[in-house]
Amino acid sequence: MKRWRLFRRARQQPLERRPFDLLSLTILVVLGVHAPHLPVWLSLGLALLLGMRWLQRHRLGGRAPAYLKLPLIALLAAAVISHYGTLFGREPGSALAIGLLVLKLFETESPRDARVGAAFACFVLMAALLFDQGMVETILVAFGLLPALATLRALQPARPQTSLPRELLPALGLLLISLPLALVAFVFVPRLSSPLWGTNGNTQARTGLSPDMSPGDFFDLLTDDRPAMRVTFEGTPPPNTQRYFRAYVLSNYDGRTWNRGDADGSPAVVAHGPAIRYTVVLEANGQRVLPALDVPLEAPREGHLGPDREVRADRPVNDPLVYTLSSAPRYQLQGQLDARARQRDLQLPADFDPRAHALGRRWRQQFGDDDQAIAQAALKLFHDGGFSYTLSPAPLGHNAVDEFLFGTHEGFCEHYASSFTVLMRAAGIPARVVTGYQGGYWNDIASYLLVRQADAHAWSEIWLAGRGWVRVDPTAAVRPERVSQGAAATNAATSADWAPTQWWLGWRNRWDIVNQWWNQGVIGFDTLRQHGLLTPFGVHDASEGLLALLLAIGASLSAALGLLWAMWKRPDADQARTAMQLLEKRLAAAGVARRHSEGPQHFFSRAARALPSHRDTLEHLMRTYLELRYAHDEPPADLLKNFRRAARDFRPRRVVK
Amino acid sequence: MEEAIRRFRLWAERRLPALTRYRRPEDLPIVLHRRRIYIVPTGFGAAFTVLLLVMLLGALNYTNNAALMLTCLLGAATSASMLVAFRSLNDLRLTAVRQSEAIAGEPMVLHLVFTGGDHAHASIHVEMDDQIEAFAVQARGETVVSLNLPTQHRGWQPLPRLKLWTHWPLGLFHAWSWIYPDQSVLVWPRPEVGGPSPSLPADDEKKQRLHQGEDIAALRAYRAGDPQRHIAWKHSARHEHLLVKDFEQPEAQEEWRLDWRQLAQLLPEARIARLARWLGEAEVVGRPTSLWLPSEDIGLGHGRSHYAHCMNALARLP
Repeated sequence: MKRWRLFRRARQQPLERRPFDLLSLTILVVLGVHAPHLPVWLSLGLALLLGMRWLQRHRLGGRAPAYLKLPLIALLAAAVISHYGTLFGREPGSALAIGLLVLKLFETESPRDARVGAAFACFVLMAALLFDQGMVETILVAFGLLPALATLRALQPARPQTSLPRELLPALGLLLISLPLALVAFVFVPRLSSPLWGTNGNTQARTGLSPDMSPGDFFDLLTDDRPAMRVTFEGTPPPNTQRYFRAYVLSNYDGRTWNRGDADGSPAVVAHGPAIRYTVVLEANGQRVLPALDVPLEAPREGHLGPDREVRADRPVNDPLVYTLSSAPRYQLQGQLDARARQRDLQLPADFDPRAHALGRRWRQQFGDDDQAIAQAALKLFHDGGFSYTLSPAPLGHNAVDEFLFGTHEGFCEHYASSFTVLMRAAGIPARVVTGYQGGYWNDIASYLLVRQADAHAWSEIWLAGRGWVRVDPTAAVRPERVSQGAAATNAATSADWAPTQWWLGWRNRWDIVNQWWNQGVIGFDTLRQHGLLTPFGVHDASEGLLALLLAIGASLSAALGLLWAMWKRPDADQARTAMQLLEKRLAAAGVARRHSEGPQHFFSRAARALPSHRDTLEHLMRTYLELRYAHDEPPADLLKNFRRAARDFRPRRVVK
Repeated sequence: MEEAIRRFRLWAERRLPALTRYRRPEDLPIVLHRRRIYIVPTGFGAAFTVLLLVMLLGALNYTNNAALMLTCLLGAATSASMLVAFRSLNDLRLTAVRQSEAIAGEPMVLHLVFTGGDHAHASIHVEMDDQIEAFAVQARGETVVSLNLPTQHRGWQPLPRLKLWTHWPLGLFHAWSWIYPDQSVLVWPRPEVGGPSPSLPADDEKKQRLHQGEDIAALRAYRAGDPQRHIAWKHSARHEHLLVKDFEQPEAQEEWRLDWRQLAQLLPEARIARLARWLGEAEVVGRPTSLWLPSEDIGLGHGRSHYAHCMNALARLP
C-alpha cells in the first residue's frame, strides 16, 4: 500500500555552497549589529571563528572536526562568565546566543541545520534591539533579515540561479510587500498594560545626569553629543534664557559632593503665573528623574513630584519615554520655609573651606539683612574676580571651594554653582544646587527643542523672604553666552582641539528631526497613545477588543490585496477567444457543454438543435465566429465588436428535460 | 497504524468532496487554480511561528516597540510567503504526458510536459509514489519532467495520481495539489526467456518473396514517385505510357509469419510472451514479420515502427 503522509520528510542532501555562504553572511551581520555592546575581543574572536569555518568548508569541505565542538562551547561559556560574571541577563545572554550561533555554523552540513540556523539568527537579530531602539539600528537590523530570508530561499531546489547579491533582492521585495501588513499589525496589536514577567532595569552604565554632583563630574557629560531629550511646546517656546530643565535638587553637602539627601514629603506649594504646556521625549538614561522646565505645576502620568518640585519617575527610564507637563516660568516657590527645611538648606560641613565661610560672614555684616545684595556681591565676584570658564580646570584639593575661589579661578558650571551655594549658605541664605539641562538647539523645521547631554548644567537656587526660591545661575556671570546661546557655543570656543564647523553642526541638528519623529511615533507609541488612536474618528478610548477587531480587519484587507496579486492574470489578448469561452460557459450552464475536440461549427449546430428557441441567434453567432476566425487574416474591428456584443447579450434558458 | 491512516483517508474522501473533487481522472490539460491548491504550514513553519510568538511576547513584555515592529515585519513576510507559495502553483498546467516504450516489469519513463502561466513557477516538486522530481517553469515556458513509472502487467495502465507541491519561497508552507490525468500508458508484454523458434510452413520456402534487387524482373506502368533512372526509356518509346523496370532480389532474411493460432497449445499469456520474443528476435536481425492476432492482422514489415506496432497489438490483447 502506498504510504500517505501529510508532511513528507525531505531527504537530507548535503548543503549546497550558496545557502552556506548566505548563512555565513547572516551570522556575520548578526555579529555586526551586536558588536557595539560585545567586548571587542569576543567580537573579533567570533568573527575569526566564522571566517575559519567558512574557509575550512570551502577549501577542505565537509564537517568541522567533532572534537572541536565541545571545547569551543566550554571556551565560549568560560569567556562569557569571565567577562560578565554570569550566563544570564541581557548582555551575557545575547553574547552566549551569538557564540552558539557561530558554533552552529560548525555543524551546519544539511538544509535542516541551515534552516534552524537562519531562524535562530532572526531571533538573535531581534535581541539586538533590546540594547538600542534607535531608528538607524532598527533599520540595520531589518536589513539583517535579508540574508536570513535569502538563506531559507536558497534551500529550495530548482530555484532561479543568480549571483549572491542578487539572492538578496527577492527577500527585500518580500519585506517591502509585507510592510503595510506589518505596520497595521504594529499599530493595532494590543499592548500589555503591565509586563508579564519582571523587566528589571539593565545595569548598563549610561552617561547622564547622576543624583549627586561634585565639581568636575560633568566633564564626560559636557563632551557627550548624544541627545538627552527633545521637547515640543504648545504655543511659543520660552526664550533661551528661560530654558532651565530641573532634574535633581541637591541640598546635602559634605564638603566634596552634593546629593539629594533622603527628603520626602509633599511637594512645596507654588504660586504661579501663566503656564507653558510641553511634551518631552526623554532618551533612555537609566535614571529615575524626568527633567522639567522651571517650575513644574503637576506630575506627569509617568512620575510624581518630590518635595522640591523635582519630577521623579516611577520606574528607571530604560527606554525612551514620552511625557507631557505644564510649567510656569514666573512663579513663587515655597513662600514659607519651615525651620527644619531652613536648617537643611543652611548646613555646611565645619572643617572645610574656612576662607569661603569667612567671606560669606563678612558679606553678611557688610550688607545686613539684604540677601539680594549678598547674592549680587557673589555674582560680582565671579564676574570681576578674574574667573574663567573652561572644561579643563586645574584639579582641586581638600578645600575645593577655597582653592577655586581664591586660587585657580577656573572651572565650569559645577564649580560656580557649588561655590556660589557654599558662599550663600556661609552668609546665612538658604541655598541649594540644582542640576539639569539648560538651553538646547531649536529645530525650526520641526519646531522642537533638541537638548543634548552636553547641555547639562548646574545652577543654584536661593531662598529670599517674600520671593521663595529664586534661580541664580552663577555661570552666567562668568560667561553669559553659555546661557544665551547654549553649550555648543561655549564649549566650541573652549576646547580648541575639537571645533566642528558650523555646517556640520547644522546638518547634524537637522538630521535629528528623523530621530525625534522615530522616538515619538514609534518608540513612544504606548498603550495610552494606542487607545487614543481613534480620537479623530470620535472614539476616545479604543478598547482591546476594538483594536483586535481593527487588526483583524487590517489583516483581512492585506490578505485580500495579497490574494488579488497572487491570482491576477493578464487578460487574454485574444478577445474572440474570451467571448467564445463566455459563450461556452453559458451554453454549458444551459446543458450543452462543448466536448473535447469538438469544432465550433459542430458545437453550434448541436446547441441550436438542443435549444430550438435560440436557433437564429446561435446560427448568427456561428457565422460570425467562423468568419472572424477563418475568413480574414486580420479580422475587421466591427466584426469582432459585433461578435463580442452578441456573445455578451446571449443568455440561453436552461433546457427543460 | 497505516491501516488507520488508510481508513481515515477513505473517510475524508467520502466526507470532504472538496478534497476529493480532483481525485477523479480528468482530461488534459490540467490547470491548477485556487480551488485545488491547498496550503498548510510545514513543520519548520510551525516552529517558526512559535519563535515569532516568543519574539512578540518578549517585545510586548519589554515594551520594546522597535523589536515589536521587527517581529511584525517578519510575521508579515511569513504570511506573504504563503501567497508566494500559492502563486508558485497557481496557473501551472500539465499539457501533455508522453510515454516511452517499456515492457512489463520494467519502469517506464514518463515525460510530463508542464507549461507556465503568466509568471514563473519556481521550485515545484512532482511526486509519484515515492519519486520526487523538482523543476521550475518559466512564464509561458515549457518544462519536461521525466519520471519512472513502475509497471507490472502488459496492457493499458492508467497513470497514478500525481502530487504537485512546493515549499517555495522560504520552506514555511507546504502548498500542494493533486492531479489525476485521465490517460493510460500502454505497457508491452514481457517476452519469455528462451524457447523454440517459430516452425515455418514448408511451402512458404518456395514462395519466397523477392525484393528490390539488381535483376530486372518485369516492366510495369510508371507510378508517380518512381525514380527517373528506373524508367525503361527504350521500352517506353513503344508504348503509350512510361514503363518502369521493376528490380527484385531474394530477401536475405527469410520472413516469419507469426500466427496466434499456431500456438493453440499454450495459455494466452504464454502465447503473447512467445510472440513477443519472436518479434524481438526478428527485430534484432531485421527479419520481416507478419502477425496474425484475433484482434488484428498485421501484414509483413520490418523496422522499429513495425515492431512497435506489433508489440502494441500484443499489449492490447484482452
